[in-house]
Amino acid sequence: MNRRSTIPFGPQHPVLPEPIQLHLVMENEKIIQALPAVGYIHRGLEKIAEKKDYIQDVYLAERICGICSFIHSQNYCQGIEELMKVTVPDRAKYLRVIWAETHRIHSHLLILGLLADAFGFENLFMRLWKVREQILDIMEKTTGNRVILGVCAIGGVKRDITPELADYVLRQLESVEKQLPELCDSLLKDYSVKQRLIGVGVLPKDKAHELGAVGPVARASGLRMDLRERGYAAYGDLDFKMVTEEAGDCYARTTVRVKELYTSLELVRKAIQRMPQGPIAVPVKGTPPADEVLARIEQPRGELNFYIRGNGTRNLERFRVRTPTFANLPALLHQLTGCELADVPVIAICIDPCISCTER
Amino acid sequence: MLENVSVITLDQIAAEVWLLKQDGYRFVTMTCCDEGEVHDVLYHFDKNYALKHLRVKVRKGEPLPSISGIYFAALLVENEMKDLLGVTVNGMLIDFQGHFMLAEGAPKAPLNKSIPGIGIQVQVKTPAAAEGTVKS
Amino acid sequence: MVNLTNSIFRKLFSRPETLRYPFEKRELPEGTRGRIDIEIDKCTFCGACEKRCPANSLKVTREPKSWTLNPYSCIICGYCIEVCPKKCIVAHKEHYSPNT
Repeated sequence: MNRRSTIPFGPQHPVLPEPIQLHLVMENEKIIQALPAVGYIHRGLEKIAEKKDYIQDVYLAERICGICSFIHSQNYCQGIEELMKVTVPDRAKYLRVIWAETHRIHSHLLILGLLADAFGFENLFMRLWKVREQILDIMEKTTGNRVILGVCAIGGVKRDITPELADYVLRQLESVEKQLPELCDSLLKDYSVKQRLIGVGVLPKDKAHELGAVGPVARASGLRMDLRERGYAAYGDLDFKMVTEEAGDCYARTTVRVKELYTSLELVRKAIQRMPQGPIAVPVKGTPPADEVLARIEQPRGELNFYIRGNGTRNLERFRVRTPTFANLPALLHQLTGCELADVPVIAICIDPCISCTER
Repeated sequence: MLENVSVITLDQIAAEVWLLKQDGYRFVTMTCCDEGEVHDVLYHFDKNYALKHLRVKVRKGEPLPSISGIYFAALLVENEMKDLLGVTVNGMLIDFQGHFMLAEGAPKAPLNKSIPGIGIQVQVKTPAAAEGTVKS
Repeated sequence: MVNLTNSIFRKLFSRPETLRYPFEKRELPEGTRGRIDIEIDKCTFCGACEKRCPANSLKVTREPKSWTLNPYSCIICGYCIEVCPKKCIVAHKEHYSPNT
């Protein structure tokens, strides 16, 4: 007769970048059920946001996550600008696109490196992170800091990119693009990597839609969902093309992320070429009115929603954050049922878990 | 300003959400705001980048019916609302008994303004850290 | 593993990628935010930076005249640099050293 046992996966595990615990109910090497236990890094950010005023909350929104921090602050600024009816100048929109796409490249290189580490390919992990160092050099030279940039403000941006800095950015991107084909080929065309990734963690298209999956997880199952198509912040002038795949397993998700690296490199180049001259910020006076707004943006992991409600004073009434990893957790629980124990780390990394976003 | 908001009552929730699911809408999230006497609960749905919202006002102490039978993804948000705001939700598929995000000894319902504790009267005191550069 | 063999062979005979800190230090670009400092002669002790700091790490008093920064809670965000009316707060390139 079969015996059931429960194994705790995490919170400390070499493969996870951030702590989450999954209780795996097993029956003879196959998993029947998985339950999440979160709350290890809950910092109470929604409560702090009610005590600080609405300009200090820009710095708070940046620090929700360490990997995707510029996009959180950009979404917050776009939400407040929609609430207070402020129009941002065109040059600021193009500069925001440049920094957002550079952030997307660095985030995808990070997770591809961690995926290579998850099945033991440490040489490729170190190579991908060496390429990522060149992207972080771009960010340090243009904004002043490597990860938490502090450059987005309500009404525009705080720093400009001079023509010499733009040349430096283009040269670094060229050197990055020369090193990418070799690394991506050894990730996608290698025999032993394919054995570990193809057919693992399959998520069919109707299940992905029903469970509310977002981001590369949904695009790898065939759903056409990418908020950059709506054309916020200068994406409308840059001929953006979406990347989708059909299979729905871990290999398809890796392919989507690798192709998005090339899309982002093209977007940065076009944005630098087509950037108009002009001011970089407009002054903002007054306080947010007693109104509500739902601001949406495409983060490297999926769709990010901020619900902001003001009440006429300098403090916000409610600031609610729903991050894409929170929406991908039910899809993770569905993929884990019926798989082997040795596949659990690969599936857990392939949805791109950013747990500090999830339990702000 | 949210467009496409429809205000409904507690007993209409299940029927409206079922109709939206047959129509092909995707569940985005739920938001709860504390307005003194009532909780203002908003449901957000999305289809082809167009949003639709449902608004329900729940008095404090009144239970809210769960929609995790219709959309499985809603149960994580409902557990979080129960932890942070103290909203009672009936009939969730997996019930974490109030310990989804908060640990055993944590204050109850921190975002709820009527429950004292970590509400608006408490001052946060930190011990005096070593002073930095002093110039005078 | 055929794809990586060429570059592995090349990297075996070239110098390592890491810097031998503390003998070789990294070049910091201009404009890096490392450490907050003030030119105290220009300061008028108006207190605008203390009101705006998100981490509550600044203390400014009028009598006696003093400006105190707590480096353990400062998050080096740069908001005080923007709001200062006399522009006397600057950000240096080097970070705080562990032995001061």
